[in-house]
Amino acid sequence: MPEALLELRNISKSYAARRGRGRTLRAVAGASFTLAAGETLGLVGESGCGKSTLARLALRLIEPDAGPESGIVRVAGQDFTGASTAATRRLRRRVQIVFQDALSSLNPRMSVGVNVAEPMRLQGIGSERERRSAALELLELVGLRPEHAERYPHEFSGGQAQRVAIARALILRPDVIVFDEAVSALDVSIRAQILRLILDLQQRFGLAYLFISHDLGVVKRIADRIAVMYLGHIVELGAAAEVYRTPLHPYTEALLAAIPVPDPRRMRVRQLGVVRGEATSPLEAMAGCPFRSRCPHRMAICDQATPDLLPVLGRHDVACFLHIPFPPERKAA
Amino acid sequence: MVPPDTAHAGVGEGERSDGVGAPAIPPASGRRWRIAAFARDRAAFAAALFLVLVAGAALLAPLLSPYDPAAADNLLRYAPPGTAGHLLGTDAQGRDMLSRLLWGGRVSLVVGIVPVMVASATGLALGLLAGTAGGWTDQVIMRLLDVVFAFPMVLLAIAIAGVLRPGVWTEVISITVVLIPYVGRLARTATLLVASMPFIEAARAAGATRTALLLRYVTPGVLPPLLVYATTLVGLMIVVGSGLSFLGLGVQPPASDWGAMVSEGRIVLRRAPHATVLPGIVIVAVSLAFSFLGDGLRDALDPRSRRR
Repeated sequence: MPEALLELRNISKSYAARRGRGRTLRAVAGASFTLAAGETLGLVGESGCGKSTLARLALRLIEPDAGPESGIVRVAGQDFTGASTAATRRLRRRVQIVFQDALSSLNPRMSVGVNVAEPMRLQGIGSERERRSAALELLELVGLRPEHAERYPHEFSGGQAQRVAIARALILRPDVIVFDEAVSALDVSIRAQILRLILDLQQRFGLAYLFISHDLGVVKRIADRIAVMYLGHIVELGAAAEVYRTPLHPYTEALLAAIPVPDPRRMRVRQLGVVRGEATSPLEAMAGCPFRSRCPHRMAICDQATPDLLPVLGRHDVACFLHIPFPPERKAA
Repeated sequence: MVPPDTAHAGVGEGERSDGVGAPAIPPASGRRWRIAAFARDRAAFAAALFLVLVAGAALLAPLLSPYDPAAADNLLRYAPPGTAGHLLGTDAQGRDMLSRLLWGGRVSLVVGIVPVMVASATGLALGLLAGTAGGWTDQVIMRLLDVVFAFPMVLLAIAIAGVLRPGVWTEVISITVVLIPYVGRLARTATLLVASMPFIEAARAAGATRTALLLRYVTPGVLPPLLVYATTLVGLMIVVGSGLSFLGLGVQPPASDWGAMVSEGRIVLRRAPHATVLPGIVIVAVSLAFSFLGDGLRDALDPRSRRR
């Protein structure tokens, strides 16, 4: 197994709930995954399940919960969570991000050329001239023309802005790029172009991607492995083909059934997009499986214990008591 | 008040900008287009020119004014504008209006501009600190400003001016103190707004230090609204300063500023309307010019407002 470039181990993030004192919202609950060189990990789940929070935790834009069982983020084997300010700044070079709203992730007061070169400047790399030529080179690489460098972000369309954001993410020569819903806001034809660009760049630079999306169709095209998230928990993690062929978690099954088929004769109409039951609030006390209230296979154990993410078939992991052994009977609490 | 330079040396000029949906925009880059944009804005340009003229005239008052502004000619009271020897006439005591306007401008411009500049700088620093530090620092700064804020503006200025010796600089100090909370609050709100923008998070992900974030990202976003607010305050402060003078807390008679001239002329409004109207027009014109100047500067600093 190759060394993990990015590793999250048992990372949690809680926010104080607005109503109710002492209640917390667990946006991410004990998530763990690794990302190896050149690999793409697709992270899917519905809105509000904690995907973006997880991305920000991986980049240390927000700090994970501290505590006795506090988790850790490692970048290329080095501790990112506990790193000093200077070390953090250095490690940031290796992990970059492309946001969903590329346009507002660019500084409106700087020309696009300056925006792309900005990470180098912030890292104190190169001279003004070197930064500029690096930026121009990358703009060309992502399919923009040199004269675009003089324009300002508001003069660009969504697809172009996304190209600019990708160029900026590349300029520090990172090992890992996190795409946080990077193509979700684009229309279909532009989305296909940007996806092609993203795949080309991966080939060219051997990049590892953490690709976050709520769109399983997009993730299916791009990901080697898939992690499925539900209410802050990673409930299934495995090779993309395997997860699509034999989904193990009932939630993954429901998600896959919800992908619309672009063929009127094969289209499922009756069951399309239906996940039964009411979602559990992430505020509720979290003993038990997070998916139990919507699960068609709910068992007694599901109310008592939270299933851990455990390997079932080789490297196909799932957190569901249908597939993993029950935990030892707990003493009466 | 120019933010950190983001220009590339020697690029942009003469380059073609064509295609890709965006309208063709005159090629220019960095600082150069800012000056060019400002010059294209006729209202702002005219305002700037006018203010330079007024300031120059006030500065050169000892050379330009035909009479001693305090010298009264009892035989020539209420002379209307155009009287031989007195271009703008004389006031109720027979003092030359033109000379008094020139000398009064020295006081009024200082009282209008200096407190606004000092208070803007202080307010900006406090607002940035409160907005970015958050927590206790924010609470302490804002509550202290609230204490000052709670007093009616003019009343507080009167109280401060009353404690100190009357004079122009007393006026300046008291108006400065009164203004700081207004500017500070605005700066804090603008800081919070800019700090929540996605491009700030993008800069953090790229490894921006706290200092870089503050100086290179947040401050340039906070300056434009502050600039507009500050320029509108100038006109208002000329009037507030006159109020202080009127109460005997500011500039002492026979010296005068524009606002005091308005209030002196008020008594003889029917007999000699020009004694009130002329300084009034000057105050309005200068206040308006500052507003236009502020709007023009804001637009010139914003790439989005770039036009042909």
